[in-house]
Amino acid sequence: MLTRFGPAVLMLAVWEGAGRAAHSRLFPPLTAVLDVLMTEARSGRLAAQLGITLVRVAAAFAVAMVLGCALGIAMGRQRALDRLLDSALTVLLNMPALVSIVLIYVWFGLSEYTAVAAVALNKLPSTAVVLRQGARALDPGLLDMAISFRMTRWSILRHVVAPQLYPYVFGAARSGLALIWKIVLVAELLGRSDGVGFQIEVYFQLFDVAGILAYTLAFIAVVQVLEWLVLQPLERRASRWR
Amino acid sequence: MAVILDVDIVQKDVPAPMRGRRTVIAGLRFALQADEIVALVGPSGCGKTTLLRLIGGLDQEFEGRITWAGGTAPRIGTVFQDARLLPWRTVRQNILLVRPPTPGIADDLLDLLGLSDAAGLYPSALSGGMARRVAIARAFAIAPALLLLDEPFVSLDPEMAEQSRAVLREVLRARPTAALLITHDLAEAASLADRILLLSPGPATIVREVMVPPDRRRRGIAEGARVAADLT
Repeated sequence: MLTRFGPAVLMLAVWEGAGRAAHSRLFPPLTAVLDVLMTEARSGRLAAQLGITLVRVAAAFAVAMVLGCALGIAMGRQRALDRLLDSALTVLLNMPALVSIVLIYVWFGLSEYTAVAAVALNKLPSTAVVLRQGARALDPGLLDMAISFRMTRWSILRHVVAPQLYPYVFGAARSGLALIWKIVLVAELLGRSDGVGFQIEVYFQLFDVAGILAYTLAFIAVVQVLEWLVLQPLERRASRWR
Repeated sequence: MAVILDVDIVQKDVPAPMRGRRTVIAGLRFALQADEIVALVGPSGCGKTTLLRLIGGLDQEFEGRITWAGGTAPRIGTVFQDARLLPWRTVRQNILLVRPPTPGIADDLLDLLGLSDAAGLYPSALSGGMARRVAIARAFAIAPALLLLDEPFVSLDPEMAEQSRAVLREVLRARPTAALLITHDLAEAASLADRILLLSPGPATIVREVMVPPDRRRRGIAEGARVAADLT
């Protein structure tokens, strides 16, 4: 317990002490940030803004994972498709998130759909790359076994292929969740009038660092809870045979 | 007895590094009868596994023909060199994966192969010999008309290999099935097969056919070794 939570408690204590010593609006102590957090929570604004952002995160995550997995598996199994799309994938991988968000807003307008699409487009290439690696690493011996026993295509996909890809899917999902929520905040800051990103932008205009940190802490906590309660149990379940 | 399989491979080439293509089988012909166990014996790399892949339908690029009684390939149970069990499924789940046509057959086979206590284990908890036995159970689970055995006991220590062969002989006695056994070990071939086809070093072709005397068949590896010595 001490080794796991000790450093975090120490860091919070240092923050509190340094914040009190600084006496500045630009570097508030932890307790001041928690005060703002409680005020926002009591007003109902925190839950509303978190909810809006979470819906965007969920939508972008789902789109990026489904399309990224499908594209990665197809590229991993079809050499011609891999050759055709590899350069485009590299370009997308190296494109700054800010650029793709701005371009999509400029070309397709400011809307809920374009915000989600812009965020998904940022995660899709890395998901595809991870799943392409997984598809290339599929055990040909197990596929031969399945074919020799005349298993149906669906059965092969479900029982032979999918379990081999689970580690790659979970790897992409965990890094994806961490990446997507950060990019969603940028998309909200640039082109939405609600959500955590928008709220942070409002506090930025007011130079209210306590407000910025309050929303940041709340969202980090929500994403961490999702990781603990959803992703990690699913991963444990999929790999219990290990 | 009726012929269930007629093999006539005129030529089979495979890609070869720096040489374009290499012929691994040339002019190989034989027939297999119902409930007959035939061993194909040849040195490593002579094309035995390739031949089994052609017969099993895993590779269809060759010159020649493979003809089945009744026109279509029957149910084929394959035991590979490595057990090829799905590591995320238990022993029983691995056997049920291939959809046994008869309810309860998985438990009967587990019992017959001495695997009842291991039914709930994952493959990582099995010894090499047990894993091979599970692979044999899986092949028999589909009630195959033909069993393809691709060096199923290779890389096991001699004692475990013979224990596994004994189990296979027992299952074959309980459930007579036509089988093609690929091996480089003549003694193993003589301890399991009715008929032995000796293959040349690549490209594979049959250079000699010998019958194992009926009264000396399936009597263990020691007798197999004596039969092999008599044959050579």
